[in-house]
Amino acid sequence: MTTPAVPMVKAEGVHKSFGHAHILKGIDLEVAAGEVFCLVGPSGSGKSTFLRCINHLEKISAGRLSVDGHLVGYRQKGDKLYELKEREVAAQRRDIGMVFQRFNLFPHMTAVENVMEAPVQVKGESKTAARERALKLLERVGLGNRTDNYPSQLSGGQQQRVAIARALAMEPKLMLFDEPTSALDPELVGEVLDVMRGLAEDGMTMVVVTHEMGFAREVGDSLVFMDDGVVVESGHPRDVLTDPQHERTKAFLSKVL
Amino acid sequence: MSEPEDKAPSAPVPASNTEGGGAGAGGAVPVAKSSPVPPEAVKAIPVRHYGRWISAAIVLVLFGLVVAAFVGADITWPTVGRYLNHETILTGAVNTLWITLLAMLMGVVLGTLLAVMRLSKNPVMSSVAWGYIWVFRGTPVLVQLLIWYNLALIFPILDLGFYRDEMNDVMTPFLAALLGLGLNEAAYMAEISRAGIQSVDEGQTEAAHALGMTGSRTMRRIVLPQAMRVIIPPTGNEFINMLKTSSLAYAIQYSELLFSATRISSRNLEVMELLLVATIWYLILTTILSVGQFYLERYFQRGSSRSLPPTPWQRISKSLTSFRTPSRVGGKTV
Repeated sequence: MTTPAVPMVKAEGVHKSFGHAHILKGIDLEVAAGEVFCLVGPSGSGKSTFLRCINHLEKISAGRLSVDGHLVGYRQKGDKLYELKEREVAAQRRDIGMVFQRFNLFPHMTAVENVMEAPVQVKGESKTAARERALKLLERVGLGNRTDNYPSQLSGGQQQRVAIARALAMEPKLMLFDEPTSALDPELVGEVLDVMRGLAEDGMTMVVVTHEMGFAREVGDSLVFMDDGVVVESGHPRDVLTDPQHERTKAFLSKVL
Repeated sequence: MSEPEDKAPSAPVPASNTEGGGAGAGGAVPVAKSSPVPPEAVKAIPVRHYGRWISAAIVLVLFGLVVAAFVGADITWPTVGRYLNHETILTGAVNTLWITLLAMLMGVVLGTLLAVMRLSKNPVMSSVAWGYIWVFRGTPVLVQLLIWYNLALIFPILDLGFYRDEMNDVMTPFLAALLGLGLNEAAYMAEISRAGIQSVDEGQTEAAHALGMTGSRTMRRIVLPQAMRVIIPPTGNEFINMLKTSSLAYAIQYSELLFSATRISSRNLEVMELLLVATIWYLILTTILSVGQFYLERYFQRGSSRSLPPTPWQRISKSLTSFRTPSRVGGKTV
């Protein structure tokens, strides 16, 4: 029995306000499974906020947002919505990895302990099994020789790669990247993008907020340009980046390309 | 940080290198070759710290005067020596240490709980914590000790439903001291823990939540261990303070150090001698605690800085050599 493929992320009229600040003003989009989906736009356009809504770090104010067919943060019974309990929200987040602009590694743990933490604490995996898997993941992001270093002893690029390995350790079906290279020195950007490229080749569904247009063009399957809380333009990265239709997109791209 | 051992594929970097490589590499090669001779060390007469020598002399003279005054004072020093390891005094010292440890344990556990409650989104929790801190921090600990000790005056019978007894039998000086000191300490520890918890970057909580950890697990595994670095130093001070504050339990007949000393001196009337015995013991105990505090702080520093701070011995030897440095570096004797 084949049903039409459920989109990995589906947003319908998503709004978000912080007090009087109206950040997202009705976002509609779909991310297919296995797709690399890039969100670009000027700072303050709401792209990071939208990303944070996907794993319920922010609650949406209006609209519907679902991941893999399940509403984020709510349960629907009939035509009523029930807010999920903290434990249920946490369970939803297990399947969604997130990589932050400022890495947010746990500074009191070594690289391998950072990667092991969630599998052991959340999934109840045994320490030996989790360590073995963590070492493999660190090997995969090119840090097999840095496993016992604390984050303060690693460069920014290395920290971000540990952060990616940490997210992967939960075997997520969706990875969110919030400007993963924006806090890095220019010469360290490449190593992080390489790891992300490898993930994309392995078929991971990724939503990437980025300013790296080269990466978006090369690796992205879809691209959305956001400005002032709305989607201005979307399509294949090559089309949008080389032949933008809207004035705002053109103006933005002329500044960053 | 050097990256030579970094074997991750990094295609874009070499690409840009080869483009500008011609000029860049050409300029760098001669520099690398022309440095086999080590540079000559700077020869200069260092700054003379005359002020240090003068102040050291003044301090030594003043110290000598104080020592001379005490030697000449009407104190029977042999008595001090004799009572230093008297059985009653030793028991008092052990009791002081014991009540300090227990009261601090109570303060730390209850205080951390109160801090988490105070920061909770649940309004009942946070107002209960607020009220507790308001009462216990707002009243003198001596008054609290006396209230616990005299509880039998208003509740002659302790009736907990499953347990029933005369309050006077239950509320021993030890229990009154423990409750008075520990519950008061919890209020202070709550504020210290709260500051520590709030010092941890919010990104840490977000990262833990994004990995699927619940609030309580995030607190236990991620936030509190990092808050420790901020919590430990003032807690060490609280510990030392508690050791001294525990002498207030003297007022409720708990046989700690001061109480033991005065009990002896009320018999032999050598008041000052026994106060000095107590003083020496308090100093010994606070010194031990200070050393313990140092190593604890060192332990929780791991991961936050690249190298650990020096141990006291390393620091003392360094301060001694820095005192002598001028004469050594200059190559002349002072």
